[in-house]
Amino acid sequence: MGELIKNGIRVDGRKPDELRRIKIEAGVLYRADGSCYLEWGGNKILAAVYGPREALPRHIQDPTKALVNARYNMASFSVQERKRPGPDRRSTEISKVTSEALEAVIFTELFPRTTIDINIEVLDAEAGTRCAGITAAAVALADAGIPMRDIPVACAAGKVDGVVVLDLTREEDQEGEADLPIAIAPRSEEILLLQMDGHLTYKEFEEAIELAIKGAKQVSKLQKEALMRKYKKVE
Amino acid sequence: MIRQIVLPGTFLAEAGSKKAGKGTFIENDAIYSARLGILEERGDYINVIPLSGAYEPSIGDTVIGIVEEAMRNAWLIDINAPYPALLGVEESPWKINYGETAKYLKAGEMVIAVIARIDEARNIELTMKSKPCRKIEDGFIIEIQPTKVPRVIGKNASMLSVIKKYTGCWIFVGQNGRIWLKCPDERLGLAIEAIRKIESEAHTVGLTQRIEKMLRDRNG
Repeated sequence: MGELIKNGIRVDGRKPDELRRIKIEAGVLYRADGSCYLEWGGNKILAAVYGPREALPRHIQDPTKALVNARYNMASFSVQERKRPGPDRRSTEISKVTSEALEAVIFTELFPRTTIDINIEVLDAEAGTRCAGITAAAVALADAGIPMRDIPVACAAGKVDGVVVLDLTREEDQEGEADLPIAIAPRSEEILLLQMDGHLTYKEFEEAIELAIKGAKQVSKLQKEALMRKYKKVE
Repeated sequence: MIRQIVLPGTFLAEAGSKKAGKGTFIENDAIYSARLGILEERGDYINVIPLSGAYEPSIGDTVIGIVEEAMRNAWLIDINAPYPALLGVEESPWKINYGETAKYLKAGEMVIAVIARIDEARNIELTMKSKPCRKIEDGFIIEIQPTKVPRVIGKNASMLSVIKKYTGCWIFVGQNGRIWLKCPDERLGLAIEAIRKIESEAHTVGLTQRIEKMLRDRNG
């Protein structure tokens, strides 16, 4: 075995099918209609939802449904080498695929001509930010009272030293052979986002998807617990 | 104690056994919750009472609006909904000459109005020709989540009576989550605190008694 996996144990002590430590809290921002603070491994994400609200300028409105507008952004201090503020090609791409994944579960027909704005702010980045972002955004959407078919959840799998593993760290992402983030609607296991970086055989690909879905379902439990926890605390 | 809270996608019942009510949807012969809310069974219907969400305007709702713009023949009013609302001059309580709308209502001022019409494009038309409608000239306005309005009012206005009794305040609750208070003394702060407490504990049982106790204890 190479450097990243030794005797079936990864660099951070995890087994191939183990998730990093995740903490989720719903309803953390006062002004936003819905919000979520999420920690996933070394990632720290803040998601805020505003809407549905009037879509302006007028010409972007869709008379049949709400627009879902997710904006993924990394804070300058979230990475080791200062990231220049503002959208870059990567953020634009992630924003787009995130919007599409979330739109698939939202009942957009209920609010024509409006927009649902989702802000995902990465405060600390450690691989898997797009999955953490979608997971946080989903909790924020539920917190905001946006009607949905299910609460979407995301998780990544990948290949490191020839082994298919769940939830890559920054090192594993940089040195590994493949990274496969997915987002699903956990009830039906319908895939809402599927991207891949690297090389996998067809068999490894299927293994990775299955592993990522399993991981996502575990995270889904944590999302639900976070939402329930907000309403369980009463003086 | 807490009523049962459900999440988007929570399975509620088989489609044959119950009817799908508010806040639910049907998929493959089963009823699921579409919202984060409280499960309510009313006869044959299963409803989910949302715990959060935007104000959904209905015809007949009495709302507190903030004037955004005084136009030539109408005012554009913010009623805390995802859609803009228009109050035409013919629906106002005044006789207005063309172009003189700003003399009666300026941007930033507030009114109590009733939702008269909602068209297919979700444009909202207001009227001030109904009983409680008027311009708001004094007092204090706070905003709560529109989904909590029924709880602040209470069954047969029971909760509102409790707050009025112990604070001496005059309170008007708009369906869109805006509340107008007129208080004779510093108990305005107490009234607001009670309303905020109701807002955060709206999903619990025995809230009216707890609020009454809190107000009674603080009134000494």
